[in-house]
Amino acid sequence: MADTRVNIAGVEWKNPVTTASGTFGSGAEFCDFVDLNKLGAVTTKGVANVPWEGNATPRVAEVYGGMMNAVGLQNPGIDVFCERDIPFLRQYDTNIIVNVCGRSEEDYCEVVERLANEDVDMLEINISCPNVKEGGIAFGQNPKAAEAITKAVKKYAKQPVIMKLSPNVTDITEMARAVEAGGADAVSLINTLTGMKIDINRRQFVLANKTGGVSGPIVKPIAVRMVYQVANAVAIPVIGMGGISTWEDAVEFLLAGASAVSVGTANFFQPNVTEEIAAGIEAYMDKNGFGTVADMVGIVK
Amino acid sequence: MAEREKELAVVSSQEQLADGIFSMWLKTKASQNAVPGQFISMYTNDGTKLLPRPISICEIDKEKGMLRVVYRVTGEHTGTEEFSRMKEGDTLPVIGPLGNGFPLEAARGKKAFLMGGGIGVPPILELAKQLDCEKQIIVGYRDAQTFLREEFEANGSVYISTEDGSVGTKGNVMDAIRENDITADVIYACGPTPMLRAIKSYAEEKGIPCYISLEERMACGIGACLACVCKTKGVDHHSHVHNARICKDGPVFLSTEVEL
Repeated sequence: MADTRVNIAGVEWKNPVTTASGTFGSGAEFCDFVDLNKLGAVTTKGVANVPWEGNATPRVAEVYGGMMNAVGLQNPGIDVFCERDIPFLRQYDTNIIVNVCGRSEEDYCEVVERLANEDVDMLEINISCPNVKEGGIAFGQNPKAAEAITKAVKKYAKQPVIMKLSPNVTDITEMARAVEAGGADAVSLINTLTGMKIDINRRQFVLANKTGGVSGPIVKPIAVRMVYQVANAVAIPVIGMGGISTWEDAVEFLLAGASAVSVGTANFFQPNVTEEIAAGIEAYMDKNGFGTVADMVGIVK
Repeated sequence: MAEREKELAVVSSQEQLADGIFSMWLKTKASQNAVPGQFISMYTNDGTKLLPRPISICEIDKEKGMLRVVYRVTGEHTGTEEFSRMKEGDTLPVIGPLGNGFPLEAARGKKAFLMGGGIGVPPILELAKQLDCEKQIIVGYRDAQTFLREEFEANGSVYISTEDGSVGTKGNVMDAIRENDITADVIYACGPTPMLRAIKSYAEEKGIPCYISLEERMACGIGACLACVCKTKGVDHHSHVHNARICKDGPVFLSTEVEL
């Protein structure tokens, strides 16, 4: 029997599968479809220091083999999150990774400081959302800014910090090295790729935001390439994501160098997909004689 | 063990009702606890089209374990076009029933308007079948292709409006109300946003409770992704901002609680 446990920056997960932020709420909407106890971690929808209204609708569009979203990080704010979402998730035997968003360094630090005394396992800092004007991506496309924000949140963080990277950069390894230098405990990638869709009948943008983040199976080859590059550029663990829809996809990311994987868009068309992927990875390990997940991470060079 | 799942529904029959309007009966477990005004997420069998098509429930037959959906084909190469080509015995993945549905108890002992426009007409049928009150059904169409008309006539007094004036009142459902000089003390409505906006303003002027079914592009259909929100008057209980989730907190809202 394969040992599916992984250790990500000192936190033990029962298996290498988590949910990609923004696709799973805080788990409550999915708990009728998925046994949350079967997941290595649940990564929550991004939360800010105060409630955010998000963007105008339409916020999503379907594209060939994927989708685009420009939700704009609507969230109820950290107070509601701590009162409602953390206790809900704590009922389950899984790790809680809180995705943190902000418009300024102070915003991020305020949320991270507030979470220091909460019962959560890891923090994922979203410096890569393409759909909000200020903050977010402003930190995620400039290595100096990324390093600085990492240093800033690390001062307040009691939990290990995962920096979530944008693929909308010239060289993602430069960004990964920057956050590693800033003290990041892990990186996760990729966030969505900025895209656009035009309605030819209305002769308008489909999304109210004009542009949106592309996700789903269509982005997977790009994500695998970037995970491979980053895993070979930094020493900290990589959480790989981008179009993972099956256990085969997940194994591909692990072989490319991801120590764990996140499943996002696939939750929308197969609500129990995370559980299936965790089971599929285990079966693959058994069949191919991998005793631990670490034995297969990054072995394709 | 999961309590809910995406299941494979089986097409029991399909027919075309009007230009681009199709009616399909589906054998699905979703029929067992469905109520009027709810919808199902219908998935294509085309791997390049990932997201569900949220389609309102037109009729519920619990005994036969079936749901009827009446839907519009939105164009060439679309998911709804794929649905329209399905035949008896074909299967498609569905999740449902989803959403809240129309509050039936709000009409008890009252005189109701049941209003549908365009592809918002179908969910009014099961509502008309289940509501136990004085029912005035006002349905608006583009032209003389007044699909579901006979079924409506079996369930209440029917008033029709058509944009081209070929049947009933020329104009929209509001014109039909004025022309026939009819009144109500509760309103249920589903249709395009301009129609709902007019009904909402009419109801609020007259102080009549009005339940409107809204529509927006969806991704998850179960309340997680926050794609399909509508603007709310007050701070929403779940989101803590002025947005409610149409798929989960709706699609039916009391008109005074939302902004269109």
